[in-house]
Amino acid sequence: MEFLDILLSASFWAAAIRIASPLIFATLGELICERAGVLNLGIEGIMVAGAFAGWIAVWAGLPLWGGVAVAFATGMALGFVHSVLSVPFGLSQHVVGVGLTLLATALTFYTYRVVLPEVSSPPKIQAFTAVEIPVLSKIPLIGPALFNQTPLTYAAFIMVAVVAFVLYRTPLGLAVRAVGENPGAVAAQGLSVTGIRMGAVIVGSGFMAVGGSFLTLSAFDSFFFDMVNGRGWICIALVVFGAWKPGKALLGAILFAAFDAFQIRLQQTSVGAFLPYQVFLMMPYILSILALVAMSRRAEVPAALMVPFNKGER
Amino acid sequence: MEGAGPAQPVLRLTDITKHFGPVVANDGVSFDLHRGEVIALLGENGAGKTTLMNILFGQYTADAGYVELFGERLPPGRPRAALDAGVGMVHQHFTLAGNLTVWENIVLGVDGLTAPSLRPAKAKARIRDLSERFHLKVDPEVRVGSLTVGERQRVEILKALYRDAKILILDEPTAVLTPQETDALFATLRQAVAQGLSVVFISHKLHEVLAIASRVVVLRHGRLVAERETKGATREELAALMVGAEVTAPSFEPTVPGPVLLSLKNVTTTGEGRATGLRDVSLDLRAGQITGLAGVSGNGQGALSDLIAGLDSPASGEMWLAGALPRHWSPRTAIAEGIARIPEDRHHTGTIADFNLVENAVLETYRTTYSTGGWMNWTDARRFAGDLIDKYDVRCPSRNIRIRLLSGGNMQKLILGRVLEGEPRIILANQPVRGLDIGAVNYVHGQLAEARARGAAVLLISEDLDEIQRLSDVIHVISEGRLSPAFARGTMKPEELGAWMAGHGFKETTHAA
Repeated sequence: MEFLDILLSASFWAAAIRIASPLIFATLGELICERAGVLNLGIEGIMVAGAFAGWIAVWAGLPLWGGVAVAFATGMALGFVHSVLSVPFGLSQHVVGVGLTLLATALTFYTYRVVLPEVSSPPKIQAFTAVEIPVLSKIPLIGPALFNQTPLTYAAFIMVAVVAFVLYRTPLGLAVRAVGENPGAVAAQGLSVTGIRMGAVIVGSGFMAVGGSFLTLSAFDSFFFDMVNGRGWICIALVVFGAWKPGKALLGAILFAAFDAFQIRLQQTSVGAFLPYQVFLMMPYILSILALVAMSRRAEVPAALMVPFNKGER
Repeated sequence: MEGAGPAQPVLRLTDITKHFGPVVANDGVSFDLHRGEVIALLGENGAGKTTLMNILFGQYTADAGYVELFGERLPPGRPRAALDAGVGMVHQHFTLAGNLTVWENIVLGVDGLTAPSLRPAKAKARIRDLSERFHLKVDPEVRVGSLTVGERQRVEILKALYRDAKILILDEPTAVLTPQETDALFATLRQAVAQGLSVVFISHKLHEVLAIASRVVVLRHGRLVAERETKGATREELAALMVGAEVTAPSFEPTVPGPVLLSLKNVTTTGEGRATGLRDVSLDLRAGQITGLAGVSGNGQGALSDLIAGLDSPASGEMWLAGALPRHWSPRTAIAEGIARIPEDRHHTGTIADFNLVENAVLETYRTTYSTGGWMNWTDARRFAGDLIDKYDVRCPSRNIRIRLLSGGNMQKLILGRVLEGEPRIILANQPVRGLDIGAVNYVHGQLAEARARGAAVLLISEDLDEIQRLSDVIHVISEGRLSPAFARGTMKPEELGAWMAGHGFKETTHAA
């Protein structure tokens, strides 16, 4: 009964949507990269950098949306580094990605110390607040969950539709999908495989950084060193879970977030008295792995994922 | 351009010359293509056909000479220039993305990258209209990954037509097609030519060239050596022009076959995940005899060659090797028993693309002949590779280059050398000449003839009935995993074999498996 109470409470679903928001942005970013054939393992570091850049920009006096823009630009800059190494140079995408995560994380902490040398606890900013959407927010259960969130959460949902539209309805999206499947087909049309792939990695990395900035600008109001805490790696799994499709990836992100919100609440029930809390912390990950196994069996991996394109090679 | 007379060529190459370092790939090549004409571009591997096409499509810049399309000079080195001017190319290796639908593949790149929408309804209507006009039946909504090879080629042609191509260039278009699909392709091309298109047809298959082209242009060592009407030309003449000497196909005089070296008795296999396994197959391979296996691919050829190569074991029935039942059947025992294979796919199962020629030459013998006590004996391996390269005429800049840089013919020669140097008792030749030019084909066939004369048993698997009939002492037809009786050389007409290939003539065996 306690389980059912949790599942039927609006606050539970509101929390799930909130937890899902950064994942949605970053998963979209990773999805764009992988659809173009580039695995971006820099995601974890880019999210850390985005969280910091957005927050420090607002702390320095920019408006909140200015902070989002700074985060996006920071992600694009890091994405540019990734794309130069992985696309024209064709280096191992695993090595480039992990290296970028280490670089971006370390650079963030370094910058933090340079900018705020003497502080013991990070300063707070005025974060995004919830905006209630008239009428819609009055729908029982769904209303408070979906239509009483911060503007950045609404933006996450809108971006899913935008990315899906671009991927499936525009020549640009078609080229991105083709370049991850058979770059030779794109080159034969006189289009630049290198340009399209680099562009996808750069834009995708921008999305990842915005996902990171959600943590400092919307979920919390400050920056902590370990606040991204593996969310980037979850997003890589969510892309697989979503079979490289934006809509399915959105569902995956909400599902994972729901598991997470559920376990927090479960800890406070009578079950929580018997089990160590770490068991609850494991839950979303275990359930995600199971869901991943079930969902990804028939998923189609972009055929040219992680295959560098060398013009003229037999 | 309206003022251009009917005699004005749609495509004119003038004095195209291209060097790669010291190698001359094209040397002063000039020819014209007129409206509504099919010309064939003939030449052996390395004769410069591909380089010429790459110059036309701006991938390379010519050292000298120029290309004119519809009377206007093409700016060199601009990949889109030829496309935009109305030249469509159907590559030998298709340039399609499998996870996209047919129409998505076709419209890819047409509107540039900045258009706000793909306008699918309009695109699909146009594709349906084109496929009707040119008899290219294909559903625009289907994903390309689920199409057959023949259908994919239709998509490639549609792609060119969708871009209003006035000139179609087809690179080895029939290499992957069945005879029926080839006929359909030719019907389409005739349709296209009748509607004013011009076609450049690149091929090695001389009977096809004679069937479809009105004129041939022959390249040899980068130079244009002949240009003539096909009317009145014979295959032998064209072959001689291409190779630069009289070509004599190796002859296969009847011989007296020796003892049975390998014998299958009522063998059934599960097919190991392949669609078709073997069903109650009995087969004898005799010394000094070539046994031909005809059939449309995918009817159990793979299962049979896997079985003989040691990759699979009979689920029921027996396999006898030289009168004994082998124990523990694996690829390694098969090699030890003197079974050598020329694999169906030289790129994937025949060689390791990023290994060099030396490493590839000893792939099957490195454990036994070219190592002692766990150490490779590279000196001997290098000498062996060098011998193969000399003896089998493998043309390569060095034995230390990665094998992926060789042409198909040269790669096949290395594999052939590797196989034959072990003096195998049984040779499993699966599509040994697919995609090779006439010189290489005759070379491979000649080597198989020599192996036969030496007393080897050869199993020749091929989809080319012509090849099967010319080489084989006995012919079996395989269809849905069942094997026809043995037909002696010269006893069957192609149509009769074709009927067996289609599955007629087999008695449905009813006994329980």
